Amino acid sequence: MTWTPTTENDERAMLDTIGVESVDNLFETIPESLRIKGVDVASGLSEMAVRKKLAAIGQRNRTDLVCFLGGGVYDHFVPAAVDALASRGEFATAYTPYQPECAQGTLQAIYEYQSAICRLTEMDFANASLYDGGTAVFEAAIMALRITRRDRVVCHGSVNPVHRQLLDTHVANLGIERLDGDDPTDAACVIVQNPAFNGTIHDFSDLAKRCHDAGALLVVSFYPTSLGLLKTPGAMGADIAIAEGQGLGMPLSFGGPYLGIMTTRKKYVRKMPGRIGAATEDDQGRRGYVLTLQAREQHIRRDKAMSNICSNEALCALRTLMYLSLMGKDGLVEVARHCHSKSEYLKAKLEAFASVVNAGPTFNEFTVRLPRDAETVAREAIGEGFLAGLPLASLGAGEPGDLLIAVTEQRTRDELDQFAAALEKIACS
Amino acid sequence: MYPDDVYYTEDHEWIRDDGGEYVVGITAFAVEQLGDITFAELPEVGADVVKGEAVGTVESVKAASDVYAPVAGRVSEINDALETQPELVNQDPYGEGWFYKMEDVRASEVKKLMDAAAYEAFVQEQET
Amino acid sequence: MQLIFEKSHPGRRAITLDPFDVPEASLPDELRREEAAALPEVSELEVVRHFTKLSQRNFGIDTHFYPLGSCTMKYNPKMAESVAADGNFAKLHPHLASVGPYQRLCQGAFEVIHELENCLAEVAGMAAASLQPIAGAHGELTGTLLISAYHRAKGNQKDTILIPDSAHGTNPASAAIAGYTVVEVPSLPDGTLDVDAFKEALTDSVAGVMLTCPNTHGLFEPAVADIAAMAHEVDALMYYDGANLNAIVGRCRPGDLGFDVMHYNLHKTFATPHGMGGPGSGPVGVAEKLVPFLPGPRVHAEGEGYELIWPEQSIGRIAPYFGNFMIALRAHAYILHLGAEGLRDVADKAVLNANYVHARLKGALKSAFDGRFMHECVFSAAPLAKEHGVHALDIAKALLDTGFHAPTVYFPLTVKESLMIEPTETESKEILDAFCEAMLDIARRAKEDPESLHAAPISTPVGRLDEVRAAKELNCTF
Repeated sequence: MTWTPTTENDERAMLDTIGVESVDNLFETIPESLRIKGVDVASGLSEMAVRKKLAAIGQRNRTDLVCFLGGGVYDHFVPAAVDALASRGEFATAYTPYQPECAQGTLQAIYEYQSAICRLTEMDFANASLYDGGTAVFEAAIMALRITRRDRVVCHGSVNPVHRQLLDTHVANLGIERLDGDDPTDAACVIVQNPAFNGTIHDFSDLAKRCHDAGALLVVSFYPTSLGLLKTPGAMGADIAIAEGQGLGMPLSFGGPYLGIMTTRKKYVRKMPGRIGAATEDDQGRRGYVLTLQAREQHIRRDKAMSNICSNEALCALRTLMYLSLMGKDGLVEVARHCHSKSEYLKAKLEAFASVVNAGPTFNEFTVRLPRDAETVAREAIGEGFLAGLPLASLGAGEPGDLLIAVTEQRTRDELDQFAAALEKIACS
Repeated sequence: MYPDDVYYTEDHEWIRDDGGEYVVGITAFAVEQLGDITFAELPEVGADVVKGEAVGTVESVKAASDVYAPVAGRVSEINDALETQPELVNQDPYGEGWFYKMEDVRASEVKKLMDAAAYEAFVQEQET
Repeated sequence: MQLIFEKSHPGRRAITLDPFDVPEASLPDELRREEAAALPEVSELEVVRHFTKLSQRNFGIDTHFYPLGSCTMKYNPKMAESVAADGNFAKLHPHLASVGPYQRLCQGAFEVIHELENCLAEVAGMAAASLQPIAGAHGELTGTLLISAYHRAKGNQKDTILIPDSAHGTNPASAAIAGYTVVEVPSLPDGTLDVDAFKEALTDSVAGVMLTCPNTHGLFEPAVADIAAMAHEVDALMYYDGANLNAIVGRCRPGDLGFDVMHYNLHKTFATPHGMGGPGSGPVGVAEKLVPFLPGPRVHAEGEGYELIWPEQSIGRIAPYFGNFMIALRAHAYILHLGAEGLRDVADKAVLNANYVHARLKGALKSAFDGRFMHECVFSAAPLAKEHGVHALDIAKALLDTGFHAPTVYFPLTVKESLMIEPTETESKEILDAFCEAMLDIARRAKEDPESLHAAPISTPVGRLDEVRAAKELNCTF
C-alpha cells in the first residue's frame, strides 16, 4: 500500500539531513524489549476492494422499512444542500478555530448557529455544541451542581430512560444524590423533558417557579423540531435548556454523530461547558469572530474546568445552521405542523383498536397499549414493511403492550393509512 | 516596585490595613502574568473565610486563576466596579482594582505575611 | 461579510414540503409558542452562496498544510467519505439495537463495530475495546470511570490520579469531573517525566496514572515500563492517553508497555476528518482485568450473526447508542485500506517528517529538548521574545501570510513560548521544504524586521481580533 507520498529518494535525503542511517534509528528511544515487528491486522486492500467489502456489509442492514421508530431520534427530512455544503473540505477538514484569522468561516458559523438556537429556544446564550442530547443531560447536571453548590440531582419521569442511565453512569463516582421525581427541595436541579419520552406535552412553567423558590435550577431537555409550534424552554423559565439536535439536519447514522444543544441564561453563561463564539473587531475595525470565555475550558483551567469537553460536534452544528436557514422561519413551523397533524391523524385511526396511554396532548410521538406483546407486533410488522415503533418494555419503560410511535413530516397519508391497517391486522390477530 | 504599606502572599494577593478593615487585591506581578483582565468573580459579602481558601477567580483571555484569602476573616465589602470595569485591576492593582474588604482579621496573622522586600525576592526566585 | 440573518427577506423560502394532506390538528394555546422563531428567510441559492463563501474564509487540510502539534491534522481520505455516504449505514436507526426483533435489521452495523473494536484492541495490545465514547475526552472520562469501578469492586479506597504537568488539559479535567483529586507530576528539563517525583507522589491513595507516550513534548518516555510496574505495585492502574498513538502504531503497543486502559482518537490515528472541532470518536481499550467493567451493551459474535450482551460488572451506558458510529465506520475503512504494513508506514513517515523539519529548523529556532523527537517537535520562541520582542504568537500569525497554517503555540504549558510542529505523514518533502523555508524566513525577519511580524497577518479576511473586547462585551448572538 503506497499511502504516504515519500519516495525512496526523498527518504534517503531526509535521513541524511537528520543524520541517521535508517528510519529504524528514529525509533531507538523505544526500549528494545518493547518493540514489535508489526500489528496483526489484515493486509491493506485497494479503494475498490474496501468499498465493495463495506457495501456488502451495509447490505446486511435494512433501511427500506417505513419508519415509525423514534424514541429520541427521528427520521426527518434533510435537504440535499446540507450534505453538499457541509462536505466541503474547508469545513470538514479544518481544526478547532484556535487561529481565528484563518477560521472566520467556522467562527461566523458558530455565531450564527448560537443566534439561531437562541431564537429557537428563547434563551440568552448557546454554546457551540456538546456531544449529543444524552451526554448534555450530564453536562447540565454538572453545571447546576457547580452553580448551586448543592449535591442532589432530581430527574423527572419525562426524561428519556437512556439519558437517565447515562447520567447515572457519569455521576457514579461523584458522591451525589440522584433522586427521581420533581421535588426541587435541596436540589441543584430538576431535569425534565418536553415532550416527555412517551410523547406527552408538558408546560413546566409552574415547576420552574417551584424550582426557583427552592433555589434549584430547572433543566429542560427539549425536542428542537417541536419548537416550531410548542412553548419554548425560555418561556417556561428554564435555566438550562438542552436537546438532541439530530432532527435538525443529521441523518440517523446508527447513533452518531449527532448534536448536543445547550443554552442558558445570561447569569450562568460563565458556568456553561463547551466552546462559545463571540463577535468582535480587528485592528482595522472590521467585524470578526473569536472563541471567547476560554478560561472556563480544560486547556486553560485543567482540573478546575467547567467540563472536560474538547472535541465537540462543530460540523453537526454547522449542518443544523444550514438546515434552519434552508427551512427558515415558516418552514420550521410547517415541519412541526406536519409532524403534529399527521401524528394526530394516525393516533385517531389507531384508537379504533388500541388505547392511547398519554394523559394529555402529544406532539409527533405517542404511546399506544396494544392487546398483544409490542415486541411480537414489531417483529411481525417488519414483514409488512414497517418499523412499527419502539416497544417501551425493551427499555424497561412501559408495559409489554406499550408501543411508542413516531410520525415525521416524511410520512405520507397513504403510509399512515397502510400502517394503521397493518397494525390493526397484526395487533388484533 | 511593590508598595510597602501592604503584605503579600505566595499566591500573589496583597492585603492592606485600612483602619481595622482590611483591603485585598492581587499584585502587579499577578496582573502581568494574566494579561488583560476580563472578569473577576468575587466572594459573597458576609462569607466567613479561612486562610488559603479560594474565594474568587480572576480571568483574562488566555488564563484564569483562583484568588485566595490571605488570612482568616469575614468578607465585609466587594468591589462592585470590577463587574463592569475589570480593567481597573490592570490599571491600578493596589488602588481602584481592589477585590474585597475583610473584617474580623487578626493583625498578627497579617504581619506574618511577606513584606515588600520579601515578596520582591520571592517573585525574583519564581522568575528564575 | 454579512450574517445569514442580515440576508433575510420576509416571505422568502428555500424548501417546500409535501402538500399538507391531513386535517389540521388542534393544540391548546397555552402549549404553543407565542411567535415563530425569527430564523432566516432566504432562498436555497442564497444559502449555498453564503456557506460556500464562509468556507472560503477557512483553512482546512484540503486547502492548506496544517502542522498543528498535538492535533495531528493528516489527510482524510475521500474513500472513507464515500463509504459513510452509503444509505445502508447513514439511514440506520440506532434504536434497532434496543429491540430484540429489530436487531436482525442492523447486523451490518454490528459487524463493523465488532470488527473495528477487535482491530483497535490488537493495534494497541489491549484485550478489548468499546466504541461508545463520543470523543477523546469522553474516552478519558470513560477510562477514569472504569478505573473507579475496578477499585470499587476490589474495595480499594483511592481518590487520586497522577498526571504529568505536560499533559493535555483534558486529562486533569476528565479525572476531576469523574470525582478524583489530581496531583501533578513535574517533568525534567530534558522533557521526560521526573521519575523520582513520581515515586514520591505514588501513594496507596493513587487510583491511576494518566500518561501520554510519546508525551506532549514529542518524546518517548524511556522509563514507561518501570513507571507502570511501580504503579501496579500499589494497584494503581495505568491510563494511556492515545493522543499520540499515531507515532508508534506497528512499532510498539501500549498494552505491552504496561497500560491497563486507554482511549484512541480516531481522527488522529485513523484519519477521520476533524470537522472544525468535531465530531470525533474516542473509543476505549482495556486490559483483561477491566473487560468486565466495559460500558454496555456490547456487540458479541454469536454463530453467523451478532447480538448484544452486558458485561457482568458494566459501568453502564456512556453514550446513548454506539458512539459516533459514522466516524468509526470511516476509521474502519481506513484501516482496511492501509492494513498492517500501511499503518506502520504511517507512523514511520510521521516520525521521519517531524525529525526532518526539526533538523532543518533547529539552527534558527531554539529546540525545546535535546532528545529524539517522534511525530512532533517542539521549539521555544523565548530567545526571540527576549531579544527582539517577537513572540510565538507573532510567528504563528506571520506564517498564516505565507499560506501555511500555524503550528500549535503556547502548548505544552511546560515550554515557554512554545511552537509545536506536527507535519504528519501525508505531506510530501516539497511541502515540508516550503514550510521550513517560510519558518526560516520568519526567524530572519524576527531579527531584522520584527515590526512586520507584529503586523501579521495581513492576507487573511480579518487581522488580529480584539479578544479582550469579545470577552467583556459577550456579543454571542445576533
